[in-house]
Amino acid sequence: MVEVGGHIQSVERAAAVLRILGSAGKPLRLAEIASALGLAKATTFGIIRTLRDVGFVHQDRETSDYSLGDGLRDLGRASLDPHDLRSHAMNWSDALASRTRLEVLVAMPQLDGARIVHHVFRPDDSAQVLRVDEVLPFHATALGKVVLAFAAGIASPTPGLERYTQRTFTRRTSFDAEMRGVAERGWATEQAEFVPGVGAVAVPLRGFGGLGVGAVAVSGPLERVFRHAGPAMDDVVSATLETAVAISRSLGVRP
Amino acid sequence: MNGTVVAAIDQGTTSTRLMLFDRQGRTLSLAQREHQQHFPQPGWVQHDADEIWRHVGRLVPEALEQAGVDARQVAALGIANQRETTVVWDRTTGRSLGPAITWQDTRTSAIVDGLVARGEAGRIVETTGLHPHTYFAGPRLRWLLDQRPELRERAARGEVLFGTMETWLIWNLTGGVDGGVHVTDVTNASRTMMMDLTTLTWDDTMLDLLDVPRAMLPEIRSNAEVYGTAVGRLAGVPIAGALGDQQAALFGQTCFSPGDAKCTYGTGAFLLVNTGSERPRPGRTVLPTIAYALGDDAPVYAVEGSIAMTGSLVQWLRDSLELIETAPQVETLARSVDDNGGCYIVPAFSGLFAPRWDPGARGTIVGLTSYIRKGHIARAALEATAWQTWEVVEAIRHDLGLTLETLRVDGGMTSNHLLMQYVADALDVPVERPLVSETVCLGAAYAAGLTVGYWADLNTLSHHRHRAAVWRPQMDPAVRAHESSQWNRAVEHALGWVPQRPPAAAPRAERPTRPPESPSVAALPPATSSLGTESDPDPGR
Ligand SMILES: Nc1ncnc2c1ncn2[C@@H]1O[C@H](COP(=O)(O)OP(=O)(O)OP(=O)(O)O)[C@@H](O)[C@H]1O
Repeated sequence: MVEVGGHIQSVERAAAVLRILGSAGKPLRLAEIASALGLAKATTFGIIRTLRDVGFVHQDRETSDYSLGDGLRDLGRASLDPHDLRSHAMNWSDALASRTRLEVLVAMPQLDGARIVHHVFRPDDSAQVLRVDEVLPFHATALGKVVLAFAAGIASPTPGLERYTQRTFTRRTSFDAEMRGVAERGWATEQAEFVPGVGAVAVPLRGFGGLGVGAVAVSGPLERVFRHAGPAMDDVVSATLETAVAISRSLGVRP
Repeated sequence: MNGTVVAAIDQGTTSTRLMLFDRQGRTLSLAQREHQQHFPQPGWVQHDADEIWRHVGRLVPEALEQAGVDARQVAALGIANQRETTVVWDRTTGRSLGPAITWQDTRTSAIVDGLVARGEAGRIVETTGLHPHTYFAGPRLRWLLDQRPELRERAARGEVLFGTMETWLIWNLTGGVDGGVHVTDVTNASRTMMMDLTTLTWDDTMLDLLDVPRAMLPEIRSNAEVYGTAVGRLAGVPIAGALGDQQAALFGQTCFSPGDAKCTYGTGAFLLVNTGSERPRPGRTVLPTIAYALGDDAPVYAVEGSIAMTGSLVQWLRDSLELIETAPQVETLARSVDDNGGCYIVPAFSGLFAPRWDPGARGTIVGLTSYIRKGHIARAALEATAWQTWEVVEAIRHDLGLTLETLRVDGGMTSNHLLMQYVADALDVPVERPLVSETVCLGAAYAAGLTVGYWADLNTLSHHRHRAAVWRPQMDPAVRAHESSQWNRAVEHALGWVPQRPPAAAPRAERPTRPPESPSVAALPPATSSLGTESDPDPGR
């Protein structure tokens, strides 16, 4: 398959198929594509079936004709826009804050941590400042752990696990064990690992196609999030899970 | 679910919502239905009042089910509504007679122009606080009666009734043809151009001017009292509060003290400031109105400044320029640059509202150089919303000597943090977003709950209010001074763009109808000097 100069023939042919479909202006039959390429039907079919399976080509159920697929359109969208996410999350996060009486944070992954894109104050009228754009470390926060576990294309933090409090996971083995727990449960906690006395529960948000796009968390004094020296409170966890489902549902349909 | 709840209806421009709240003012359920918008001619926008009433009928069980309560647990119902939308109906059949003509509709421009041409503007302002404008319900009622003269006769006999949307809903909820209560509230009545803003009663002179028979008008009531008891799905529930939507938002934001201000940022923006118990003098720029009247208490007044284009400018960037795919992405684009690059957008697409009131103004983009990228345009679009807010706030300071301490905000655009920060910077006051964003429904619920003693007093309500976010001013005063003066210069380029028509020409349907001789236009000197800046010798007038 590899030609001199490193050209891969099947990739070139796949590109040619996409060009033909893109310029046709109407769905094409397999025979039409094959003759346009000057290839055997069987060869053309192999290429087009692969393109269809990855979502770049669409095959009409009734006519079996081919056209460009949705996967191509979505290629250009690097990821969810943070401001779209905030707009989708706003009403649900307000309701979560009002129900749990805790602070609500929504974050998206970036290379060095979870970036806060939305923040709702704890509804107790204490002085608080907006934390939007703050980047939370992967290994010391609930939001960080969740985006690390569920978002696509994020590598585990390298090498040093910085200490923020006495309870920060700084040893690789114990952090790996913590992350296995997160993957199993489907959500993450933070127990005074980043800020003394502060606890949090975070749940992944899923966007178009079920991809992990970010996370929503509630955060507050440890004793308001966790039972005494025990697991996170059930009602806090269930409220956060429900909120994540609601936001994810609203993200599933692109505006 | 144990205990009782308070229900509220927000009959809005595009949809109707029904919400239930608990004693802490927290949302228990929300049901919503959109109704059809009809555009039979350019400048005409109407709804079907019967359709809207049918929707209310479906929303009630939906909202009750969501919260798991039945009607016996509903302590009271409050109603908020799109103001100025006008309905006329048959008392004997219960059906509407003609369309519900909405507040955006400009079909009454000839009627309004006629009033102005006859030199009535002064009297109208004096009595109602309003400059004659196609906004208001009175001219619409006249238009409906002029269309079908037989209606006017039947109306005089009390067979045909008039109302704004809250009147229509209350009449239907309390039994309709079968003993429906025919009332309106002071805030809605204050936007009809038929009510005396001091006595809070229908004014005979205004009724004569508009040729409206008194017999068809609802009784004007306070915002918090029991108007009647519901029948049907909400049987037995007292209907105990009603406010126009902007006043409901002011009430829901607990703006109970003079100087408390809220701005709702949606398609357009509406800024209202509580001015206390004295009727504000007609200003040059912002409209005096009723904030609320609770039972037998003396009314509390407010001034209102409306801005025509805020969210709709973002929609224009999205739909007409295709610079962005969704409205929130304007923030992403705006953040791709550090500042406006010297570029300003004045979105006077169909003239300017408060405080400039220039129907001949048109949109402009100034300061273009080859340096300008689309990010600068996005930023300028957001800054335009902030500077327009600033103009209204400065006008209020100038006309009334009122200075804001904070601005409470709500509406779809509050999800834009760049904008909210810029509003705080331009106004030099903190901007606060409350936790319950449905402030319109909440305000109506508060009024109704107060009436029936579900909540003890205004103080209790103030305690329910929690901040979800605060943006504090960060702008260097020198930058603020420079940017505000650049904005003013940009506005000068937009003013008076459309050549004045000769007086004989017939008014076009879309043409805004603010009269050239009305004081707020004539008295307005060029932009910079009209605002209450330090150099103004007479800020309080
Ligand atoms: N993040 C954002 N940034 C800028 N503009 C926004 C953003 N989100 C929404 N908008 C604008 O806000 C408007 C929608 O807000 P909202 O839903 O409050 O408006 P509305 O139609 O006036 O309200 P209602 O239907 O409740 O009467 C749209 O014009 C939209 O362009």
